[in-house]
Amino acid sequence: MHTSIIEVSSLTKLYGNFTAVDSLSLSIEKGEVFGLLGPNGAGKSTTILMLMGLTEPTAGNIRVCGLDPVRNPIEIKRKVGYLPEDVGFYDDLTGLENLRYTARLNGIPELEANTKAHKLLYDVGLEEHINKKTGQYSRGMRQRLGLADVLIKDPEVIILDEPTLGIDPAGIREFLDLIIRLSKDEGITVVFSSHHLQQVQQVCDRVGIFSKGKMHLCSLSEKDINLDELYYRFFEGGPKNEN
Amino acid sequence: MNCIIVFLKEDPKMKIKNTDKLRYAFRAIVFKEMGDHFRNKRMLILFGIILLTCIGSLYTAISGLKNATPAEETESSFFFLKLFTLSDGTLPAYFVFISFLGPLLGIGLGFDTINSEQNKGTLSRMLAQPIPRDYVLNAKFTAALLVIAILFFSLSFLVIGAGLIALSIPPTAEEFMRIMCFTFVSVIYVALWLNLSVYFSVCFRQPTTAALAGIAVWLFFTVFAPLLINLILKTLEPSPYAPPYSQYAFQQFQFAIIQLIPNELYSQATSTLLMPTIRNLGPLTIEQIQGAIPGPLPLGQSILIVWPQLTGMIAVTMACFILSYLRFMRKEIRSR
Ligand SMILES: Nc1ncnc2c1ncn2[C@@H]1O[C@H](COP(=O)(O)OP(=O)(O)OP(=O)(O)O)[C@@H](O)[C@H]1O
Ligand SMILES: [Mg+2]
Repeated sequence: MHTSIIEVSSLTKLYGNFTAVDSLSLSIEKGEVFGLLGPNGAGKSTTILMLMGLTEPTAGNIRVCGLDPVRNPIEIKRKVGYLPEDVGFYDDLTGLENLRYTARLNGIPELEANTKAHKLLYDVGLEEHINKKTGQYSRGMRQRLGLADVLIKDPEVIILDEPTLGIDPAGIREFLDLIIRLSKDEGITVVFSSHHLQQVQQVCDRVGIFSKGKMHLCSLSEKDINLDELYYRFFEGGPKNEN
Repeated sequence: MNCIIVFLKEDPKMKIKNTDKLRYAFRAIVFKEMGDHFRNKRMLILFGIILLTCIGSLYTAISGLKNATPAEETESSFFFLKLFTLSDGTLPAYFVFISFLGPLLGIGLGFDTINSEQNKGTLSRMLAQPIPRDYVLNAKFTAALLVIAILFFSLSFLVIGAGLIALSIPPTAEEFMRIMCFTFVSVIYVALWLNLSVYFSVCFRQPTTAALAGIAVWLFFTVFAPLLINLILKTLEPSPYAPPYSQYAFQQFQFAIIQLIPNELYSQATSTLLMPTIRNLGPLTIEQIQGAIPGPLPLGQSILIVWPQLTGMIAVTMACFILSYLRFMRKEIRSR
């Protein structure tokens, strides 16, 4: 039996008259890797914010791990890790200290947090920069640290907003491998947004293609779907029609 | 049977665990924020200003006291408290300085509480952790409050110590208690300004805007509000030949309107605490004064007199807090 861990129905977000997310319905299963694909301003981040209870939906229902993010944000945040786009850290703390602080916010005991932080920093390839201030980290290093930061609470679901932005090609490969490993070995559900079709194609089971607040669902296992065509229709078609 | 015991044992444990985790997280934020405050250069500057004024006014007070030490009078006249209230006219007394500079300290500690985290991109990461949103506000406020309390209490002890050395008279128990009360009121006064600037830090994305807004309110209350109130009072003032009841009503009104200024609340409260001879703050009729024995009040009575001022200050603090809470709880948190 399939159990859906994220369940969204007719979700809508209005900013004044502007519809950022337009009656979105979606169901993501446990252990799945789901990609949110779409051009700038399509509503990916807004959808993610609503899933995390960081902004309130105008209409519609959300269930994450069976909980409502408007009513029960704390319980959800115990189980869901979220990596914001353009993640920031405390510049005057080292990478390790930043991770330990997040661990403390999650109520993880000091000793356990320390070993976990070391292991994760190693996993994301930052072992040489453990004791460097994050103010001196490069963009890609911050992004890697962000991933470690998400994983320190042992989440059931991770939601990553453009996690590959700023990471070098080798790093992206490692990163995608890590995502596959997390979902295969530890059964973590992964939702991530991206602009890059290739990356999404490599790891996702299903993708939602966003365009102007609407979403088109595609399953990557169905061979007959021509994803490239869909992608170009959404990405290139939109602006062309306007011109 | 075993099953039940296990069940009973497990269930409360799980519940306690989550609240324990929350308390742990709260403490973590408080400690981090306090560390940040103490490391911050900006704090060093503010501490420096306050320390210098403290030393300056202490110096004038001590030299003033040394010149005029009627030895026999020292016991009855709360000699030690004069360290805080005496001034020779060149520099204001310590408590006047604090009423002027305290707001600056509060604003300086609070104006970038929320917005700087947002600009750094750490706020959305922080709020993605399992802590209630108001914990962020509460913990940051607590941290700043603790810093203020540490600063003020150590300053007071410094003054007491310097007084001990310079005057070689120890404070009486009552004097000591009065100084502690004064320090406590000072902390509340600065907390008021702290909360105001925390509110601005929730409202404005730019820390500089928040700081300026705080300073604007501060200037308004120290410079413009007294002018404005004087203007109002001038137009309303009854002629000297007006009937006594209207004179009395005017006095009452004057007393009430002045208390709209937080600085005034603070000076009234602290001067009453530091000068036990002050017997009341508002206007009195002749009948009320009749039969009163001039002399210092015991501490309890002084506290009773300043109770309204104290609750007023706490109420304004709470109001600012509730405003920032309402504003923050439903705010959309984008990454930057
Ligand atoms: N606070 C706001 N007020 C008004 N409109 C907003 C607000 N925040 C976002 N929007 C609009 O909502 C739409 C969706 O934004 P969102 O950030 O979700 O896009 P996105 O898909 O994440 O884009 P990107 O790939 O650039 O990150 C955009 O058109 C944006 O202009
Ligand atoms: Mg986005």
